[in-house]
Amino acid sequence: MKKPYQKPSIIKLRVGLLRDKKSGLLRMVRREIDGVPVKDLVRKFGSPLFVFSEKRLRDQFRYLRRLFESHYPRVEFSWSYKTNYLDAICRIFHQEGASAEVVSDFEYHKARRLGVPGENIIFNGPYKPREILKQAVLEGARINVDSMDEILDLEEIARETGQKIRIGLRINMDTGIYPRWDRFGFNLESGEVLSVARRIAAGDRLEVMGLHCHQGTFILDPEAYARAAEKLLRLARKLEEEFGWNIEYLDLGGGFPSRSRPKGLYLPPEVGIPPLSEYAERIARSLLLGTMARDYPLLVLEIGRALVDEAGFLITTVRSTKRLADGRRAHILDAGVNLLFTAFWYHFRIEIERELPGPPEPCTLYGPLCMNIDVVEENAWLPPLPRGTHLILSPVGAYNLTQWMQFITYRPRVVLIGESGQVEVIREAETLEDVVRRERLPEHLR
Amino acid sequence: MKLRRLAINEEGFIFDPETGNSYTVNETGLFILEKLRQGLSPEEIARLLSQEYDISPEEARRDLEDFLEVLVRYGLWKEPK
Repeated sequence: MKKPYQKPSIIKLRVGLLRDKKSGLLRMVRREIDGVPVKDLVRKFGSPLFVFSEKRLRDQFRYLRRLFESHYPRVEFSWSYKTNYLDAICRIFHQEGASAEVVSDFEYHKARRLGVPGENIIFNGPYKPREILKQAVLEGARINVDSMDEILDLEEIARETGQKIRIGLRINMDTGIYPRWDRFGFNLESGEVLSVARRIAAGDRLEVMGLHCHQGTFILDPEAYARAAEKLLRLARKLEEEFGWNIEYLDLGGGFPSRSRPKGLYLPPEVGIPPLSEYAERIARSLLLGTMARDYPLLVLEIGRALVDEAGFLITTVRSTKRLADGRRAHILDAGVNLLFTAFWYHFRIEIERELPGPPEPCTLYGPLCMNIDVVEENAWLPPLPRGTHLILSPVGAYNLTQWMQFITYRPRVVLIGESGQVEVIREAETLEDVVRRERLPEHLR
Repeated sequence: MKLRRLAINEEGFIFDPETGNSYTVNETGLFILEKLRQGLSPEEIARLLSQEYDISPEEARRDLEDFLEVLVRYGLWKEPK
């Protein structure tokens, strides 16, 4: 019996290739997004173009909700507006049952404008202007207090409105991760929380009904959430015993990772980033072990990035190509860090609209800004790209559409591919009029 | 000949101490390299391939030439004069 045959092969190992893009080389063609050809999208809506998939948004929401609910009986998802507050995106998540998590007056207004009732708004953030704070109180929003000054503001509002205000406390603590964020809320280990609680109880105008924490971003250790849940649960017990409050919710904030690739992460995201099921399991385990049945506190999650990032794509076009002094190839795209704020911290998946002949070689992708920092990808492996080639960058759904800048050019259209494949503009491209509308030329300069 | 200086392990990992380059070969690639190091001619190796593996002598010959081509390109082997 002869052995099965495989054609002989020898592959030269390249460090760069192995580290960065080896697996990507085979999967770097993307002809369509949700069945709509990239070419058609560009022809109709222009380039650059942000594209969101309604199907991916809904699927990911449903998946995460079921995932967490299958581990713990009482879960609320609160959509983190700062991650992406386009109306259409927020509406989709609200339709799926998410409440709104806002951190500023603007975001609060935006949620109310979208028809979210006050009681479905969670109000976080280190600065809540007095006026909006009062509106939030009157409309019954859940307010997670960040500082002593805010407590004083709220006590004053309580006197004005003659009501006792129920609040949440933002807690920072050691959950075993670095960097340790200690800027949001009151510190647990130092005893600050308890002295603040005593002060609140003595004031007798406020009542603590929830605990909140926001321990970081892109947290790669699921155990950190378990420790946070455990500590908050223990604190809740203590507050209930000592002050007679009823702690109804524990809000573990956000910070859950997406399948994006942070620049410091050596491994590909599929390997280096734990699946969200691990987070769900660890959190639920802490809560279930620490709680009496029938007495489960509501678990609030402010998942942003992990819900929206992978539903967003940016189509961009190669506008020119050059060789750098060291012989490396460079491409200039029509989208740069003005649209891709997250390029500073993350590597994007780079796909080409069609198969191109020629061996991949290292190249740099620059944006259109006249600034040295405008680098979309320092080291991509791509075949020679003819001028006019469309590239599809992903995941870009989180933070880019809230942190993008209007800088030297107009911001492009954003479209949504609906579940039945129809494509709708959810944000029009900017015009000169949009940009200059708020400017005033003083009389003597006319 | 260069081939003799290569460090080749049984998994098919190859290190070239002269250039610092490394390579991986699959099982058949390794088979061929070993025979080349033993000084066998391409004709003989092709014959051995088709004896050992489920492959016709013609196809073995063609694949072998392709493989040798790559070795030449990597500077690992030269056609004997």
